[in-house]
Amino acid sequence: MTAAAPAAGHAAPARRFHTIVTTVENKPGVLARVASLFARRGFNIESLAVAPTADERFSRITFTVDVASSSLEQVVKQLDKLINVVEISELSPAESVERELMLVTVDVDAAGGRRHELLELVDDFRAYVLDADQSQMMLSLAARPARLDEFEERLRDFGIVQLQRTGRVALPSLGS
Amino acid sequence: MDMNGGQALVKALECEGTEVVFGLPGGAILPVYDPIIESPLRHILVRHEQGAGHMAEGYAHATGRPGVVMITSGPGATNVVTALCDAYMDSVPVVCITGQVPYAAIGTDAFQECDTTGITMAVTKHNFLVTEAQDIPRIIHEAFHIATTGRPGPVLVDIPKDIVDPRNPRSAMTWYEPTDDIMELPGYRPATAGDPELVRAAAEMICTAERPVIYAGGGILKARAAAELMALAELIDVPVVTTLMARGCFPDSHELCLGMPGMHGNYTAVTAMQSSDLLIALGARFDDRVTGRLDGFAPDAKVIHVDIDAAELGKVRVPDVAVRGDCKLVIAELVEALRACGGAGAQPDRRAWRSTISGWQERYPLVYEQSEPGELLKPQYVLEVLRDSTPDDTIVTSGVGQHQMWASQYWRFDHPYTWINSGGLGTMGFSVPAAIGAKVGMPDRMVWAVDGDGCFQMTAQELVTASMERIPIKVALFNNAYLGMVRQWQEMFYEERYSEVYLSYEIPDYVKWAEAMGCVALRVESPEEVAPAIAKANEIDDRPVVLEFRSSAGENVYPMVPAGQSNSDIVVDPSQR
Repeated sequence: MTAAAPAAGHAAPARRFHTIVTTVENKPGVLARVASLFARRGFNIESLAVAPTADERFSRITFTVDVASSSLEQVVKQLDKLINVVEISELSPAESVERELMLVTVDVDAAGGRRHELLELVDDFRAYVLDADQSQMMLSLAARPARLDEFEERLRDFGIVQLQRTGRVALPSLGS
Repeated sequence: MDMNGGQALVKALECEGTEVVFGLPGGAILPVYDPIIESPLRHILVRHEQGAGHMAEGYAHATGRPGVVMITSGPGATNVVTALCDAYMDSVPVVCITGQVPYAAIGTDAFQECDTTGITMAVTKHNFLVTEAQDIPRIIHEAFHIATTGRPGPVLVDIPKDIVDPRNPRSAMTWYEPTDDIMELPGYRPATAGDPELVRAAAEMICTAERPVIYAGGGILKARAAAELMALAELIDVPVVTTLMARGCFPDSHELCLGMPGMHGNYTAVTAMQSSDLLIALGARFDDRVTGRLDGFAPDAKVIHVDIDAAELGKVRVPDVAVRGDCKLVIAELVEALRACGGAGAQPDRRAWRSTISGWQERYPLVYEQSEPGELLKPQYVLEVLRDSTPDDTIVTSGVGQHQMWASQYWRFDHPYTWINSGGLGTMGFSVPAAIGAKVGMPDRMVWAVDGDGCFQMTAQELVTASMERIPIKVALFNNAYLGMVRQWQEMFYEERYSEVYLSYEIPDYVKWAEAMGCVALRVESPEEVAPAIAKANEIDDRPVVLEFRSSAGENVYPMVPAGQSNSDIVVDPSQR
C-alpha cells in the first residue's frame, strides 16, 4: 500500500507486506525452528502456509512479513542461516501469483430474506457453497488475498458465524 | 560391521579426530559411557555440566579444534545451556552429546526428560534429535561439519537411550565410514572466497582513505587469518584495533596496534575509530559494546565489512562495501587487489593521521595509581607483574567483569589464541573451566585463569576436576569483596547507592577452599609479595594453584564509555581529565 491520505478517523498503518517463499527439509521440528527464529529476532509473521512440495523430502513455507516492522534483508539472511532451510526467494506482489483460501459460515436466518442476495454474491466472487442447512451456509473462496478481504467485508452484512483463512501461498508469475 | 548405537557413537567421535571429551554420566547416557572404557578417548569427569561446556570452549579457543561435551538428559542438558549460549555468541565450535529418554518415552514427562532440542534451539548453530541408531555416524559427522565450518558454533546431538542401549534391539546398526559424501545437508553452504568485484571496490576505497582504521574482530581468529591480517596492515600501513574477541590476532607490541576499542577500550583505539574516514571491519560484528550509541559511532567513516556470516553484513551498521567470505581468503584477495593497484606506493600520505594517533597515545595511555603502603593491591599492578613474569605465549582466560577488562587492557597479547574469554554472553564463571579446557588442549603451555571473586564462586568446583585429572592450571583470583563491575556502575550511575554487590573478603576463605579442592593456594596482600608468589606458582606443575590477590574494592575501570552514550563521550581516568 502506498502512502495514501488516511480516511477520516482512521490512521492507516504503514504496512508493506512481502512474501517470502522458503524450501525447507521436510523433517520434524523445522517449522518450530523457523517460528522460533522469527520470535527471537523480533520479526512479525503476518501469514504462514506450510505443505510438502512435489518432492516429499522438502516442504514449502510461504510467509508474509510486514517489512515496516522488520528489515526484509535481515529476515531473509537469518532464515538462510537455518541449516534446514534449503532455498529462499522473495516474491514481490507485482511478480507473483498469490492465492489464499477462505472457509466461512454465514448465518442465513439472520440475513432474513437475503438468501438470494447471498447466492448472487457467491456467484460474483466465484465462491462455492460447500454446505448448507436451514439457518447457515458454508462458503469457500480461493483468490487473491485482497479479494478475500473484499468478500469478507461484503459477508459481514449477512453475519459471519465462523471464518478461517489459510494464509497465502505464492509462485513467481511466468516470464517474471 | 554390526555394532550397537553406543559403540557407533564412540567410534564416530574417534573418527572425527576427538581426543578428549568433557562430561558427566547419568541415566540416559549410561550406555554410551560403557564403550568409553575401551576407547582411546580421554574423558574428563567434570563436577557440573556447565563446567564441561566451558572446558570444551576453552579447548576449542586454544586449539582451533572442536570441543566435545557428553552429558545426560534433563538437568544435565539444562545445566549446559549457559555454555552453549556462550559458545553461540562467541562462535566457538563445540559438539555436545546429550542423553535423552528412550524414543517412545519422549513427550511423556519421563524421569529426567526435557525437550533438549527445543530448549537449545535458540542457543546452538544447529541441533539434532537422532531417532535411529543407523543414523549415528552420519549425524555425528554432520554435527562436526556444521560446528567447524562457516561461522563456527555449538551443535547439539540428542540421543535417546534405546538407540544406544545394547539390550534394546533398536540399538542395532551396521557401521559405515562417516565421510563428507554421506552428509544430508542440502541447505548448508558455508561461504568461502569473497566476490572479486567487491574486493576490488574495497581496495579502491582503501587507496583513497585518509584516516583508515582496521577493525579486527574475533572472526580473524576463527578464520586463522592472523598472518593475512599482518600482511594487509603492513602493506597499507594502517593502524589496527583488536576487539575483546580478537585480542592477540595482531600483536599488541606492533607499532600499528592501537589495542582494544569499546566501552573499556583504550582512548586511542576508541577515538581513532570515531575520527576515522574508513573502517575496515574484518570478522567483527559492530557489537554495542564496541560502537557505543550507534548514531554517534564513527560518524564520518565509510565502512568495508568482511564477514563469513551474511547476516552480519548490514545488521547493525550499513556498510559501503560488504564482502561475504572467510576472512583468511578475503584478506588474501584484498592484499592481492591492493598490490595490483599499486601496493604501498598507491596509498595516500597519511603522516598527519599517524601523528594525530601518536598524540593520543602519548596523552592518554592506560594509567592507574599504585597503592599506598598498607592499602590493598591494585589489580592493574598485579596483572602487569603477572604479564612480565610469564612466558609471552601464556594462555590467559578470564571471567567477566572488571578483572576481565583489566586483563584485556594490561596484558600484552603478542600471539593469537592466547586470550580466552566470554565476550558476547558475558558469562561469569567462565575462567576456571575454560582454563582447564585450554590446558588439556595445550598441555605444554602455561595457562593462567584471571578471575574475580564473584566469578570464582560460580564454577570453582571445577578445580576439583583439575586436581583429580592433574591439569595444572593457575588461577589469579582478584578478591575485592564485590561484584566489582556492578559496584562501579552503581557508583557512577546510581549515585553510589550500592545494592546487593558486597560479597566479603573473608567468607569464603579462598585459600582453605582451594586447598580443600587439592590446589596449592596462597594469599597475597602487598605489592612486594606479588612477584614471589607468582614465581612460586609458576614452578608448580603437578597440580592447580590459586593465588588470592586481596584487591582494592574501590578501583574503577577506565577509560569508560557510559552505556548508551557516544564513543566521543569517553570518560578517561580522573588523573587525565
